[in-house]
Amino acid sequence: MRDALLTVRDFSVTYDVDPPVEAVKDVTLELRRGEILGLAGESGCGKTTLAYGLQRLLKAPAVITGGSVVFHDRSGEDVDVARLDAEQMRRFRWDKISMVFQGAMNALNPVAPIGAQLEDVFEVHRPGMSRAERREAAAELLDIVKVGRQRLRSFPHELSGGMRQRVMIAMALALRPQLMVMDEPTTALDVLVQREILRQISQLRHEFGFTVVFITHDLPLLLEISDRIAIMRAGEIVELDTAERIWTNPQDEYTKTLLSSFPRLTGDRGVVVR
Amino acid sequence: MTVLEFDRVTKTYSVRGAGQIKALDDVTFTLRSGQTIGLVGQSGSGKSTIARILTQLETPTSGQVRLDGQPIPRHGAGLRAYRQQLRMVFQDPFASLNPYHSIRYHLERPLRLDAVVPKAGLDDEVRRLLERVRLEPDAVIDRRPHELSGGQRQRVAIARALASRPRLLVADEPVSMLDVSIRLGVLNLLADLGREEGLGVLYITHDLATARHFSDEIIVLNQGRIVESGPADDVILRPQDPYTRQLRAASPDPEKHFASASGAHGGAL
Amino acid sequence: MTAVQPQPPVQDGVEVGTTATTAVKGHSRVPWRFLTGRAAFYLFTLWAAITINFFLPRMMKGDAVDQYLSRNRNVSPEAADALRALLGLDTDKSLLQQYVDYWALLLRGDLGVSLLHGLRPVTEVISQALPWTVGLVGFATVVSFAIGTIGGAVVGWRRGSRLDGLIPVTTFLSTIPYFWLGLLAIALFSVNLGWFPIGKAYGVGMTPQWSAEFIGQVIHHGTLPAATIVIASLGGWMLGMRNMMLTVLDEDYVMVAQAKGMPNRRVLWRYAARNAVLPQIQSFALSIGFIVGGTIVMEMVFSYPGVGKLLLDATNAKDYALMQGVFLVITLSVLVANILADVAYAFLDPRTRQTEA
Repeated sequence: MRDALLTVRDFSVTYDVDPPVEAVKDVTLELRRGEILGLAGESGCGKTTLAYGLQRLLKAPAVITGGSVVFHDRSGEDVDVARLDAEQMRRFRWDKISMVFQGAMNALNPVAPIGAQLEDVFEVHRPGMSRAERREAAAELLDIVKVGRQRLRSFPHELSGGMRQRVMIAMALALRPQLMVMDEPTTALDVLVQREILRQISQLRHEFGFTVVFITHDLPLLLEISDRIAIMRAGEIVELDTAERIWTNPQDEYTKTLLSSFPRLTGDRGVVVR
Repeated sequence: MTVLEFDRVTKTYSVRGAGQIKALDDVTFTLRSGQTIGLVGQSGSGKSTIARILTQLETPTSGQVRLDGQPIPRHGAGLRAYRQQLRMVFQDPFASLNPYHSIRYHLERPLRLDAVVPKAGLDDEVRRLLERVRLEPDAVIDRRPHELSGGQRQRVAIARALASRPRLLVADEPVSMLDVSIRLGVLNLLADLGREEGLGVLYITHDLATARHFSDEIIVLNQGRIVESGPADDVILRPQDPYTRQLRAASPDPEKHFASASGAHGGAL
Repeated sequence: MTAVQPQPPVQDGVEVGTTATTAVKGHSRVPWRFLTGRAAFYLFTLWAAITINFFLPRMMKGDAVDQYLSRNRNVSPEAADALRALLGLDTDKSLLQQYVDYWALLLRGDLGVSLLHGLRPVTEVISQALPWTVGLVGFATVVSFAIGTIGGAVVGWRRGSRLDGLIPVTTFLSTIPYFWLGLLAIALFSVNLGWFPIGKAYGVGMTPQWSAEFIGQVIHHGTLPAATIVIASLGGWMLGMRNMMLTVLDEDYVMVAQAKGMPNRRVLWRYAARNAVLPQIQSFALSIGFIVGGTIVMEMVFSYPGVGKLLLDATNAKDYALMQGVFLVITLSVLVANILADVAYAFLDPRTRQTEA
């Protein structure tokens, strides 16, 4: 068994509104180094809240009400995320865990060239780098994701949706993090572009060896790309197992409902009934 | 019986600096009553242009669109009749219902406007419509849209589309904003209604799996042209056109994945 | 333009089925079409404004000479006719001829003479008043915009904190009628406390000159009117910026900036405020345009020798040449402000450069 990268224990988040909503309830899971964990569920099930909560990125009225998140760094050090002060938390973000957001339609600052937004990351996290080094690093990132360094001075609106998402992935890759959280990274994209982006993520993973948490409502997609899948409903993980066992032998009723919500593309007409 | 015909329809836009762009290029197909056609393509393929032509937001550059053998009227009583014959179901059920009005109001309005039933029969007709979309009339009739779930709202939108007793329903990504577990219910409803009432249904989507599931025939559009069409299973299971093959290969298909990977899970990434 | 240069289109074999809209590639980086369009628009506006300016006094009852006569009874009818000719009001010329003459004079920079100011050229009268208005109101407007926008950004950033209390206070101050605020300030700081003079731009007996003493006087006299303008207009800027901040803070890129581990200060200014300020620029340009004409009340309350007071007096006396002159200056400044806003906007928002091009 591969060693653990992130241990989440009894993690809970409540939206402090009237009446309070428990968005994430006592979630416990262990993320293994190098795996792709799929997080599936419908809108409002808490999957995004959970992902943001791990990095304490939640905004009021969301409040983390309990539990712990421990990051097992490559160096052997264990980082208890809840114990970091604001400055330590800031430095931890993106350096250890980066994120790729939905569609990247709006995830890039519309008034800044993409090169500047990539360099931003180095400027803040790698203060030792010179301006020229930062520029070169940003250019290299754009080359890696096959957007090309000649796009450094392009603005987000000048790029297609697929290109923007590649830029976002380049940004997430910048500090060579150990974990990348991807929140519906391909939902807004056409299926051919989606496939190409997935291929690219796969390639980058082989090259740079980061772990992935992949959040989406698209269960068929998750079944193809994940090692393990966690099914979330109403703030709880109702089932967590390997992709294959989720597919062939789901235990929870809700997992079965979700599976039978997607008509089969090939095989007999209809849905899969387990 | 043929409800809708697209006869060599072409739509070109002139784009500054890029010359002419063909949004639709010589598109021809027919839709019969009781039949569901899935119109599949990616963004920019021309499928939304077809919807825009049907709703008269655009007029074809050349070619003709006929409903029941008649070209789309430009104005007057003929246009009203046309609109009564063709109804749309949109992507966002919340945006298409007015939050200030009850469900009863939403359904009575088209009934009054098109004088479908006598005034005394309005209440009965509204209840009948709600039953047809499998909603409990007493539970929803006096509610407002925000008190209903997304799926219920979309059913109300379908009931409203049915109120004027149309011949053709155009459903443009009708479930892509709904939660996955209720999507099939809404799609099944559309397919059943089409069969039961002899409606023609044009299901516009990017999703091959649901298109296969709910359509009798599938039309694949790429860059304004029909690249492949035919019975749903033929198009999906035995695609002839390279573009259709590409689309199919890119669509998630766990069945095939686990059959070929046989144990080597996570192979795709 | 900045940071833009032609780039070779990148081969992206993946993006199949691109829409008609994305097919536009390699557009020229200098949006000539956009620029000529704007230029034509501004020229037309200018022409329309000047033409209206020509017709306006001619549609009013009674003319300046009648007014002048009623004040100076010992003017002979011949002298009155001569005056009319001098003022371009002689009715024996056709309207078209008058219009052509009007343009000819205008292009020579001749705006006529002001009856109210002893037949001095209008240009001279206006150019005496203009620096006072532009200096005082311009300064106050810039200060108010800067404080309001920066303050609004901070208040918006810390929504829900005690800073939110600033908004109702500044909004309340901006709802007080200006003349009352001005009189109150005079009563308190000039009459009772004696810190500032009651009115005027500089002390009686001084002549304008570039001396330390005179400049000190101007600042001393200007403080109270400037401060009241800032107080009265601060609320609008602050509220506008704060509301825009709240919208922008919900945008994905702000969340991304935080996830990127950017320090708060950087997220606030480079990501949130940088986007939230865009609509403010437009309002700022408008208010810059109205600096010249929009301060009549302030100039009355503080007896300040600016353009607003000039316009008021000219209107009362039906001194058309002067009124037209002032209107022209106001029109020009509004146009110039709008051009500046266009330029600033194109500079600050890369999207306008493309979508309008």
